[in-house]
Amino acid sequence: MTVTDAPAPSRRKLTTAKAMVEAIAQEMDRDPDVFVLGEDVGAYGGIFSSTTGLLDRFGPERIIDTPISETAFIGAAIGAAVEGMRPIVELMFVDFFGVCMDQIYNHMAKIHFESGGNVRVPMVLTTAVGGGYSDGAQHSQCLWGTFAHLPGMKIVVPSTPADAKGLMVSAIRDDNPVVYMFHKGVMGLPWMAKNPRSLAPVPEEEYEVPIGKASVVRSGRDVTIVTLSLSVHRALDVADELAADGVECEVVDLRSLVPLDTDTILESVGRTGRLLVVDEDYLSYGLSGEVIARVAERDPALLTVPPVRVCVPDVPIPYARSLEYAVLPTADRIRDGVRRLVGA
Amino acid sequence: MDAQARRDLYRMMVLIRTFEEAILREYHADKKPVFDIGAGAIPGEMHLSAGQEPVAAGVCAHLTTDDAVTATHRPHHLAIAHGVDLRRMAAEIFGRVDGLGRGRGGHMHLFDPDTHFSCSGIIAEGYPPAVGQALAFHRRGTDRVAVAVTGEGAANQGGFHESLNLASLWKLPVVFVVEDNDWGISVPRSASTCVTSNAVRAAGYDMPGERVEENSVEAVHEAAGRAVARARAGEGPSLLEVHTLRLWGHFEGDAQAYRTDLEGVPGRDPIPTYEQQLRADGVLGDEDVRAARQDAGERVEDAIAFARKSAEPAPESATEYVFA
Repeated sequence: MTVTDAPAPSRRKLTTAKAMVEAIAQEMDRDPDVFVLGEDVGAYGGIFSSTTGLLDRFGPERIIDTPISETAFIGAAIGAAVEGMRPIVELMFVDFFGVCMDQIYNHMAKIHFESGGNVRVPMVLTTAVGGGYSDGAQHSQCLWGTFAHLPGMKIVVPSTPADAKGLMVSAIRDDNPVVYMFHKGVMGLPWMAKNPRSLAPVPEEEYEVPIGKASVVRSGRDVTIVTLSLSVHRALDVADELAADGVECEVVDLRSLVPLDTDTILESVGRTGRLLVVDEDYLSYGLSGEVIARVAERDPALLTVPPVRVCVPDVPIPYARSLEYAVLPTADRIRDGVRRLVGA
Repeated sequence: MDAQARRDLYRMMVLIRTFEEAILREYHADKKPVFDIGAGAIPGEMHLSAGQEPVAAGVCAHLTTDDAVTATHRPHHLAIAHGVDLRRMAAEIFGRVDGLGRGRGGHMHLFDPDTHFSCSGIIAEGYPPAVGQALAFHRRGTDRVAVAVTGEGAANQGGFHESLNLASLWKLPVVFVVEDNDWGISVPRSASTCVTSNAVRAAGYDMPGERVEENSVEAVHEAAGRAVARARAGEGPSLLEVHTLRLWGHFEGDAQAYRTDLEGVPGRDPIPTYEQQLRADGVLGDEDVRAARQDAGERVEDAIAFARKSAEPAPESATEYVFA
């Protein structure tokens, strides 16, 4: 079992957003080459509070508001990283990748490879993902499967405040481009419905959560739920509830998609024999299929019953609340998935 | 400009042309009698820069290897003029283990951290990283500059305009260079671009814009000197367009049936023109010309031999270098 590699437990609680900011601030104190750029990262503090307070502390030379010009400023981050700086660049919503993907997948992700390892691109691309608040089809997607499909980028997706801090520290220190995808619903924003799990203890000192290590956040003998991001919160809620009925779910929080911690998934499925993948990204050609394929490739006999997927069916995220919650991986859909697996 | 500096520009152009002629020879040598783009010691697309030497020689004469240059799918002239090692560059074009990218990049993807040289095969997309290199140079308090080069076809792309805006907004030390060779593959400039000079677009980004109408290395050198000096002095970016010449096809194998100006092209070759000018001015003699060609030939053939001797990458290493 892999657990969060945080130091001694802390009683101090932070929201995910504040934990993320604390990591950036501590790294900026430690390393003068770290700086932040993006839209509304300065005085506003990040539309989803990913940079709150940093401008006051570090000034406009290191916390840089950019024009709405993602190709230019993400490309600028790449050039700065190539010259040895460690930029953190924010793509406000992942949905906006369409206007700048060339810089991301053809440059940021490929320069190291094309240079035969001679050029490094140490940068963090932060981006907000996810729906649940009626922001419509162009502001509610997760799309991590799209990014994880393309080689050359590490992908991390924290679900808890402690992981948000530790993964940010690791991402900044990594010599590769790391895409850091934070769900708006885990940030603990005061202006959006939130799960109580978005406020949790976070150690004050700096620590790294290793990229590429999943975390078994709940142990259980009956069903393995492999999931990530906000869906971890929902899966844990469902697991608590079903425990009262005698169904014990093991919840695996992937935390990283690239590299993917296949071993932790296999170990858990080896114990339970039943696999539910919960993913807020689209169903087809994505994360859920990849997880099941990795199990099947290694040993299909690990699965005692066919696996179940709870994902966004292949439809854009609808606006109306009734429709949006019909396609998101809600607690009801997760519960139904578990029941199908255990035949209850 | 003094006589030595003029001879140096000439010698650089001869070196570049000699390299391109050698690559042309090697590229086609084993693609006969039927042309197969994926066959031979040098496979793949090949975009050679003959005719555009004045841009590379004229601009890069103002740079040191501490300055950055980003180039395009047609990068060899700029790489050579900026001082990229000929052997490792040739080896990369041949896809060999001693290449700049150990055979992972190829001729459109040359990366040399020693000279801060890079290129991108995506039109206009080499501009944004150059802005970032300039940002790093500026933040570290140096007077280093970044030179970003594209063709005229790129000046209609979003990345071009976004980069000009950002560099000017942040007063970064960038020199944006547009090589106008009249053709975006088969589409003439008149069918792609609403202005007769991209230099006028500089006004929209509050920076100086200049178009050099003659494909003259000295005219380029003079104009680039102003732009580089402005960037080094911390006064911000400039845009420089050069009306240059695509002497050969867009890529090797391009029959250029679309091209209406082919008849006059050989007479527009900038190297004989410059040679005649220097001879007439009494700064270049037969011995200088002979020495320039011999030296270039020796260096280029040494690089080709180095590339040919270098091993092909092992198939089992194909998945290496994805991550650091």
